[in-house]
Amino acid sequence: MAHGKRRGVWRRFCRHRVAVACLALLALMMLLALLAPLIAPYAPTKPVGQFAQPPGPGHLLGTDKIGRDVLSRNLYAMRVSLFVGLMATLISTAVGVLLGLVSGWFGGPADKAIMGFTDMVMSFPYILLVLVAAAIFQPGLKSIVLILGFVDWPGVARLVRGNVLSLKETNFAKSDVTAGLPGGYILFSEILPNTIAPVLVYATSVFALSILDEAALSFLGMGVQPPTPSLGNLLNGAESLSVLTGKPWLWVPAGTTIILLVVCINFVGDALRDALDPRNTE
Amino acid sequence: MWKYILKKLLLAIPVLLGITIIDYAIMSLAGSPLDMLAGPRITQENIALRAARWGLDQPVWVQYGRWLGEVLRGNLGFSYKSYQPVSELIGSHIGPTLLLMGVSSVLGFAIAIPAGIYSAVHRYKKRDYAVVSISFILSSVPGFFLALLLIYLFTVRLGWLPSGGMTTASVGGGFADVARHLVMPALVLAVGVAGTNIRYIRSSVLEIMGMDYLRTATAKGIGRRLVIRRHAFRNALLPIVTVIGMQIPVLFGGAVIVEQVFSWPGLGLVTMSAVTGRDYPVIMGVCLLSAVVVLVGNLLTDIVYALVDPTISY
Repeated sequence: MAHGKRRGVWRRFCRHRVAVACLALLALMMLLALLAPLIAPYAPTKPVGQFAQPPGPGHLLGTDKIGRDVLSRNLYAMRVSLFVGLMATLISTAVGVLLGLVSGWFGGPADKAIMGFTDMVMSFPYILLVLVAAAIFQPGLKSIVLILGFVDWPGVARLVRGNVLSLKETNFAKSDVTAGLPGGYILFSEILPNTIAPVLVYATSVFALSILDEAALSFLGMGVQPPTPSLGNLLNGAESLSVLTGKPWLWVPAGTTIILLVVCINFVGDALRDALDPRNTE
Repeated sequence: MWKYILKKLLLAIPVLLGITIIDYAIMSLAGSPLDMLAGPRITQENIALRAARWGLDQPVWVQYGRWLGEVLRGNLGFSYKSYQPVSELIGSHIGPTLLLMGVSSVLGFAIAIPAGIYSAVHRYKKRDYAVVSISFILSSVPGFFLALLLIYLFTVRLGWLPSGGMTTASVGGGFADVARHLVMPALVLAVGVAGTNIRYIRSSVLEIMGMDYLRTATAKGIGRRLVIRRHAFRNALLPIVTVIGMQIPVLFGGAVIVEQVFSWPGLGLVTMSAVTGRDYPVIMGVCLLSAVVVLVGNLLTDIVYALVDPTISY
């Protein structure tokens, strides 16, 4: 039964040709990022060639102003940015799911307190919170993951809470309660699996947003710190006019990579929403 | 109606207090602005003196209490850096930010609303997919990268537009000059607004198109145009109002980055320098202001909603 259902989801997903292509591209990019230490021609943080060399046979994407290989830096940057995005998404989804489950299941004062807090975080200009937090904690890989992770959860929390509220009224949940099953079991083994699909779809958009936010923060110098490359801080140098006009190989690849990653994640998420929608079963 | 507004206002107060407490807590966790002063030319006594004057020798909650007391008396404090009153600092920079946010949201929704409706009306056709795809692409381009591309195109290649600032010193401002400086930053923000909102508007119109009263209207044979304009659009306005309300914090955040890239002299620039310099009173002032703006935005959304939708009871 579950197997057949999963096949149906996959078939509906495949109807979105663009999304399938995006999924393939995304898988390829993740593979490249994963294998960066093996396939990158040079070390990402060491000068290995002449300064600011345009793309050529030795360095496919040229070198930067202190002679580091741009292709290697981009591969590692993709690795770092994907890592940040993935970790931030995992943290915020976990926090959001937990708070949403508690809030929806227990109701009462716990619900009021959690939702009040959620509203507060939501009505806060997001980037301001991130900036203040980034300025306060030492900027770096770990803090950017934590900051993004603990800022993105309110949407998930609300979504899960709403689902729990409506699932609580279903017959299967009510019969579980009547049968005297423990609350924890009902919550995690009965309610949670039924709310996974929308959470998964939502998580894709959080993933895309996290990558964009990491890029913006690192671009502003408050995210991942050089010499560690990230897609955002690779673009940092392009603010100078000489780089912008004379050395496109320094900023075009990183910019294109961000756009490709985010577009692909969004298309996959959209197709997933369609495929997982229970109303779409043939 | 007035009772409803009053109730909403009273509900906003604890939220506002909560936000300022969170702000103060994160800010204080960080480290003291006194660290920024340390250097060979400043003595220990001097630092202690500053600490006493700014009240930084007190525990955090006492500091917060003092700050709150001053705010309630209408005093936002003084900048640690420039010694300017925070209210003055904000007052002199809020104009450009509001101008930028206003123009870009009008522009963004001027693109998003027709595109969203067009896409919903032609749902599941090639045209619909095209619009949705474009909206995905628009919302996937990082604002700062688009800013760089625009600067490259319009400033470097074509030389049409200035790359930063709000006025040219030699021209000295004036409408045309400011407008020329505004084009690129507003466009960057508007693209973001349009990208995310096309899909919201599309889905809200789609939801309404499934309603029975629309089938009735279509069955009457009044023509598709009239059906959409009279019956569908008016009802779709409701969710659109909510979407516009939700956009305020997003716009405010986007403005910080865009202002930074284009050196637009607004609140975003002030915020960035306050954040990097740990200028507590300025950070708190901006956070308070933005929280108020967001809450007022939410309130207005609620009021407009109540005005437009007769089924909502206050």
